[in-house]
Amino acid sequence: MTKPPLTTPDERLALFQTMFSDAIPHNKALGIKVVAVARGLASMQLDWREELVGNPETGVLAGGPLTAMLDGCCGMAVATMLKKPEPFATLDLRIDYAKPAEPGKPVIAEAECYRITRSVAFTRAFAHQGDPKNPVAAAAGTFMLGTKGKVTRPQSVKDLLK
Amino acid sequence: MSGDLMKRLAEARKNSNVALLAEAIPYAKWMRIAPENGTGELLTRMRYHDELIGNTFLPAIHGGTLGAMLEMAAIFHLLWETETPTVPKIVNITVDYLRSAGPRDVIASAKVTKQGRRMVNVFAEAWQDDRSRPVASASAHFLVQSDDEPSAL
Repeated sequence: MTKPPLTTPDERLALFQTMFSDAIPHNKALGIKVVAVARGLASMQLDWREELVGNPETGVLAGGPLTAMLDGCCGMAVATMLKKPEPFATLDLRIDYAKPAEPGKPVIAEAECYRITRSVAFTRAFAHQGDPKNPVAAAAGTFMLGTKGKVTRPQSVKDLLK
Repeated sequence: MSGDLMKRLAEARKNSNVALLAEAIPYAKWMRIAPENGTGELLTRMRYHDELIGNTFLPAIHGGTLGAMLEMAAIFHLLWETETPTVPKIVNITVDYLRSAGPRDVIASAKVTKQGRRMVNVFAEAWQDDRSRPVASASAHFLVQSDDEPSAL
């Protein structure tokens, strides 16, 4: 490989921030931050803001922004596990809304890709506000690998995590 | 729970203007998701804008936004078509992604699969140009009568 190795964890995070949030218009619009990455693991953060509120009387976030972040976070976990760079797409996504997110506080998503086959990747994720044992939402997503489209940079991240 | 939304509902019914429901929800406005009732059937439309894109190479709309608009379609349906005394609280949703959605408006319909005293199961389906070729579908559970349970809305 001609690519120079990434030297610091901060550089690595900055690269994943670019690929999985800044380069994806909806993630960028939500203001998603990539906070951690490792083989099979991904973590993102969504900050509270008024535009994302579902109930103006309580200030509680709508379900949609959490769904979008959990989808993106599970997808990033899949990307870290791809054996070869290939396009993939969400096949299905289940979200359990365990409790309302506390207004004004960021929500953190932590996703794991726990199994990957030639065609399908399986993921789980939780969203919490500081205490992972006390989640606001849980997700289970499956992804279809080798879908149509071009191989893009986010699908070639495995080497970055060696 | 949300008195304002129930007030909007009464107002929307009085004026036969279902689109007023979206006005009470900041996220719906930001996402340009609103119900409409042109054909007599309640439909929910997510108007295309560039911030919906999840894949710039295809290009395709972000899967999370499709899940979000199916959820909103289910809520608008429950508010408008059923006699729910409170704002339905979502418990969970399962979204199936059937086709990639291009950079165009997305329209969704919803129907109640099972109405219980406390719990409702809703099925929602989203499409773009051709209703017989849905881009995503979802089934979701909502609590319709209880103050002690989960809710994102």
